[in-house]
Amino acid sequence: MAEFEPVLLANVGKQESWTRRVYEQNGGYQALRRVLKTMTPQEVVELVKASGLRGRGGAGFPTGVKWSFLPKDHPGPVYFCLNADESEPGTFNNRILMEHDPHQVLEGTIISAYATGASVVYIYLRYEYPLCLKRLQQAIDECYEAGYLGRDILGSGFSLDVYIHRGAAAYICGEETGLIESIEGKRAWPRIKPPFPAVQGVFGKPTVVNNVETVACVTHIAARGAEWFKSIGVPADPNNPRDAGSYGPKLYCLSGHVNRPGCYEAPLGITCRELIEHFGQGVWKGRRAKAAIPGGISMGLLTAQELDTPLDFSSLQKVGCLGLGTAAVVVMDETVRIIDYLYNSCRFFAHESCGQCTPCREGTAWALRIVDRIRRGRGRLVDLDILLEIGNTIGIIPGTTICGLADGAAWPLKNAITKFRQELEDFIRRTNPQGYMQSDPVPLELHTLEH
Amino acid sequence: MATVIVDGKEVQLPPDRQLNGIEAARLAGVEIPHYCWHPGLSVVASCRMCLVECGTRDPKTGQVRMMPKLVPACQTPARDGTVFITNSEKVRHARAFVQEALLMDHPIDCPICDKAGECYLQDYYFQHGQPRRRADLNPFHSRKRVLGPTVVLFVDRCIMCSRCVRFCREVAGTGELMVVQRGAKEEIDVFPNHPLENKLSGNVVELCPVGALADRDFLYKQRVWFLRSHPGICTGCSAGCNIWIDENQDRIYRLRARENPHVNRWWICDPGRYGFHHVHSPKRLVGFQLRKSPDSPAEELTWEQAREQILSWAQQASGAAAVLSPHLTVEEAYLLCTWMRQVDPKSLLVLGPVPRQGEDEHFPGGFTIRAEKCPNRRGVVEVLQHFGGLVGPWEENLGQLLSASPGLLWVSGGYKTDWISTAEAQQLRAAAQHLVLQDLFPSPLSQVADLVLPGAAFAEKSGSYVNHAGRLQWAPWAIRPPVGARPEGQVYWELLRRPGLYQPQEVLQELADQVVAFQAVVVPVPQTGIDLHLPLLAQQPAETRGTQA
Repeated sequence: MAEFEPVLLANVGKQESWTRRVYEQNGGYQALRRVLKTMTPQEVVELVKASGLRGRGGAGFPTGVKWSFLPKDHPGPVYFCLNADESEPGTFNNRILMEHDPHQVLEGTIISAYATGASVVYIYLRYEYPLCLKRLQQAIDECYEAGYLGRDILGSGFSLDVYIHRGAAAYICGEETGLIESIEGKRAWPRIKPPFPAVQGVFGKPTVVNNVETVACVTHIAARGAEWFKSIGVPADPNNPRDAGSYGPKLYCLSGHVNRPGCYEAPLGITCRELIEHFGQGVWKGRRAKAAIPGGISMGLLTAQELDTPLDFSSLQKVGCLGLGTAAVVVMDETVRIIDYLYNSCRFFAHESCGQCTPCREGTAWALRIVDRIRRGRGRLVDLDILLEIGNTIGIIPGTTICGLADGAAWPLKNAITKFRQELEDFIRRTNPQGYMQSDPVPLELHTLEH
Repeated sequence: MATVIVDGKEVQLPPDRQLNGIEAARLAGVEIPHYCWHPGLSVVASCRMCLVECGTRDPKTGQVRMMPKLVPACQTPARDGTVFITNSEKVRHARAFVQEALLMDHPIDCPICDKAGECYLQDYYFQHGQPRRRADLNPFHSRKRVLGPTVVLFVDRCIMCSRCVRFCREVAGTGELMVVQRGAKEEIDVFPNHPLENKLSGNVVELCPVGALADRDFLYKQRVWFLRSHPGICTGCSAGCNIWIDENQDRIYRLRARENPHVNRWWICDPGRYGFHHVHSPKRLVGFQLRKSPDSPAEELTWEQAREQILSWAQQASGAAAVLSPHLTVEEAYLLCTWMRQVDPKSLLVLGPVPRQGEDEHFPGGFTIRAEKCPNRRGVVEVLQHFGGLVGPWEENLGQLLSASPGLLWVSGGYKTDWISTAEAQQLRAAAQHLVLQDLFPSPLSQVADLVLPGAAFAEKSGSYVNHAGRLQWAPWAIRPPVGARPEGQVYWELLRRPGLYQPQEVLQELADQVVAFQAVVVPVPQTGIDLHLPLLAQQPAETRGTQA
């Protein structure tokens, strides 16, 4: 593949890359100065729209379009929330950005806040990131000193305050409206929509929630223009009017059974195999890949044959995955049992379901119990059908839940059972030769209640 | 005219109200099952039982476009051209899945559950569930947690609809209840040392669609299928909340709120809800008691003897007077006044003591507990004004009575609490030649009255009450009075020598024809009552004249 000059990670690895001094030495805050001097907020929105930037948090919604949903001429305040509650298993790109280049994030945040007319930014930071907290707070303090934050930024008349709000370790707080509820000090139960956050968000005011990597991209779009951004990645399919394309650089998190796991920057559309071979330097211990999670655990599963799928916003659906998600690739070698993968994923979602909607609350717990029982050698073939039914029933796509957490729980189930059914059936037959054909309700063992 | 289509049936939407899918379907006669939605609470759309298919019909082409996913009917507004499909395979599957999911951790201990028989989990499972359990069997567990003085929580029966949590936050405004834990381990709980203790707490039990929240007053007292429900009016204060009186064999087991959008909406207060126990109090007066001289012991009479005694007193009496309790129904007050005027056309008719307690208590959800602790001051006042009676404060009325020194003094009581002091009783006794008392409980006055007629409590008599806002509401009897007590209306009816049994509806019609204040009344009275449109001017002095008792 062609050599690609990293943009988002350009400063990572430099000495004291997290300080304003180093950031400014490398051209930092020039984009902000230019935007505040020469552009109106509306022009920034148009610029981001023109760049085709799509949200990096998982759903891939076009950022400029999201910003333009804000009501015009609202008396304010308008809030801008930076979603740094990065808790999708396998994902750590926001962490790298915040730990090593917080000023890049802040510059993008200030530009985004300027574009959206926000006067307050809440950075919803994951509890488990203490170093991010330290570096971000340091960077915010430096910005206030330098006049990039506070009243009348750089004489532009635009004022902005940034607060870090630390989460309390819940996956659901990364969901847009769950995050908003949490900032308001409530239990993070995602809200029903409408009203959408752009109309009624934090404290009932118009609110934009964007991912850390998204605003980092905004920094570079402001610096280099929409054309540059559009020259990277996969263009939209002209035959499909609903395809918004996959433009720009993307941080891929590679983990699991590879020789060199890490966070790598590549243009959108790199294939999973390229990522493993080129960046990860192949599967470890000379083994072969059996499967890979394409974009965080909730996105489903790629089989070894599907590894050539481009990791962009539209290709993964074609092989039955939920989407690109956070582009966190977790590679499993041939020794991994799919039932163990399923167990891990089910345990995670049963633990993290917020408990609001019945299908998700009970469905995830039910799936966990079944998978756990199969794993303990008491599986039945009928269980696979039940699991598949749970997977097909819960989620925002069939419409049975409020937020997308249940879809994240459903896709690993659906993908594992449809793509690896033979292996699972063999496992059940082998481990439960007496009872694998039964279908009566099984008395639950006490220890399985302990999860 | 806006039209929605529910399962192919077109219904017209009311112009004044925004309906959701559940309400719109009701108009079409389709009941969409739901747990978390309640018309009096905010919409959370979390139980997912009311999932339906939804679409829109193009007004020009008439073509229907359905949305690909299911939507909760509670959250979906019904607009012109909205199409709801509530019985497709997809909808049925989603409902069955929700039912199956809810029963996963439910102990299914219906035989020992208070809610069995009126439980939505039971009803919906039979209607929408699937025939066979697929989930693994659970070891039986049923944890119980006392939330406060009135409510106990059976933790494992809960389906997390969060109605109770929202009620405490939105209507009571106290917010004691909350959800703790996450996912399938979620539970309802209170903070330590902050029990569920507010004056509306009993409503959460009624709101609970399953057996999770139980009323400590009602717990294990009666299976609900033995109970018969009668509509009634709470007489605890002048709000006139609509209630259901649940009884079995003439014993009240509980009171529940009955919806009335003009009065109490869906709620009643705890003092009202648990304020029926006096009906079955062993202290109640029973048996007609005649005291021939002040020192002799009272002797028991039959009702016929008592009636003859009263009539003979009435014949001989030089002047008559009556005290009308604000606990009387409108019909009773009218009959009593009519009879007194027959006995003595110049008889003195006065309003009895009006009990007040503290100030009106307002709740954020719009509910109010009134300070005036009697149901019918306004109704009795209107009747009295028609007859030219005195409606001033009790002290004034008492003075008038004492100076009139009537030959026959008729006092109606019916109060739940002490209402007359020993001194007042002695004064009245001394002023009147013959004193007849109708009351529920022994009082200083019942010790000295010549004749004591035990009356009927609120659930034991039919009649109508006029609440603080001038709304007349009808309450039929729910249980029979104990042997030896006689409803006031029946007593007056017989004294007036009217034939047969007391007919309150007949009396109400008479009132409507003769008393201006009641001209808006139609018989039978509609379920939500009638606004009498009593002129505001008349309301003003009456309010200020209310007596402190």
